[in-house]
Amino acid sequence: MSDRRRLAMKKIMFAAIMVVAAAMPARAASEADFKAAFAAADSAEKDAGRLRNQWTTTEAALTAAKKAAEAGNFDQAVKSAQEAEALAKASIFQATSEKERWKDLEIR
Amino acid sequence: MRVRSALSFVTAALALAALSSAAPGADTVDPAHEAKAFQDFFTKKFPKVKFEDFVNGPYSMNEDMRKQWEEKEQFPPYEFALEAGKEMFATPFKNGKTYADCFANGGIGVRQNYPYFDEKEGKVVTLELALNKCREVNGEAAFSYVKEEMASLTAYMAYTSRGKPFDIKIPNDPRALEAFEKGKEYFYTRRGQLNFSCASCHVQNPGERIRAEILAPALGILNAMPIYRSEWSGMGTISRRFTTCNSQIRGVPLEPQSEEYRDLEYYLSYVSNGLPISGPGARP
Repeated sequence: MSDRRRLAMKKIMFAAIMVVAAAMPARAASEADFKAAFAAADSAEKDAGRLRNQWTTTEAALTAAKKAAEAGNFDQAVKSAQEAEALAKASIFQATSEKERWKDLEIR
Repeated sequence: MRVRSALSFVTAALALAALSSAAPGADTVDPAHEAKAFQDFFTKKFPKVKFEDFVNGPYSMNEDMRKQWEEKEQFPPYEFALEAGKEMFATPFKNGKTYADCFANGGIGVRQNYPYFDEKEGKVVTLELALNKCREVNGEAAFSYVKEEMASLTAYMAYTSRGKPFDIKIPNDPRALEAFEKGKEYFYTRRGQLNFSCASCHVQNPGERIRAEILAPALGILNAMPIYRSEWSGMGTISRRFTTCNSQIRGVPLEPQSEEYRDLEYYLSYVSNGLPISGPGARP
């Protein structure tokens, strides 16, 4: 087989693998996935707490994650935990940037 | 030549020194100056509102609401709490003492002096905190800072102080100045998922509607506390007002009477110095 032909075969094989991979349903999340996602979210929320700036929506997402995990729905549990982590990180960003920015609003 | 350049150097140095002593640096805290600027901001923004009327919150901003309120005041919704507070205030603790034993002038007509900075404890003491401290030193359990009992007691104490101008003092103590500064920082800091600060509503938008509500100006906002809120179907303390403000903007409220809230109350009360106590109040 010529090198050119071997390369073309490789490309076809790769494309086929990609098509099959895309068509296959994503792997269902496990309890371990939930635990990892929840730990990351919980840690970020604790950081927000140290900055005295937690959001109610983060707490709600954490509670939703726990409830979904208790019901055995780990896909939803991971999704909610990831949402909680994103919200907690946003609240940390807010608290950090407001350390100086609050002065813009001050009546002088 | 050398003498001439030495002279120029000395002149420049003196000019610099004079400048730095005349103009306070950006970080210098001058509460009296800040209170004046705060009050000027509102009186210029609302030239038709009389200074004393700022304590009436949204009613000073909207004529229709004012008429409704004036009618409501004939049978004020806080009356039951006021009666309950008066009775509680006079009822002795198990040890025979009363609240009157814990306060100057027997607790009558003293609301305008709270909060104050306690130099011994190194912290801001609000009226709510002082009331619970009084209970505890007399062997009674503390009241919740956000429930009716505390609102009733502060309603009665405010009522006996009606018309007395806020007279908050900042002693010459760096910790007191720091508390004032921290209160100010809290007031202007955006928080919660909605990214609101206290100032977003009560400095930038007083008189405007937020849903069905008319926003009150920050100037004089604590003078009417505690308040009966129709929205709550009951009385609310300053602690209740602060914590609900936080949750409305999707922020997790801090513990009632936490250092941040006490400092905020100190700041907001100080910048309203001179305005009369009008509590207890009624709000939609």
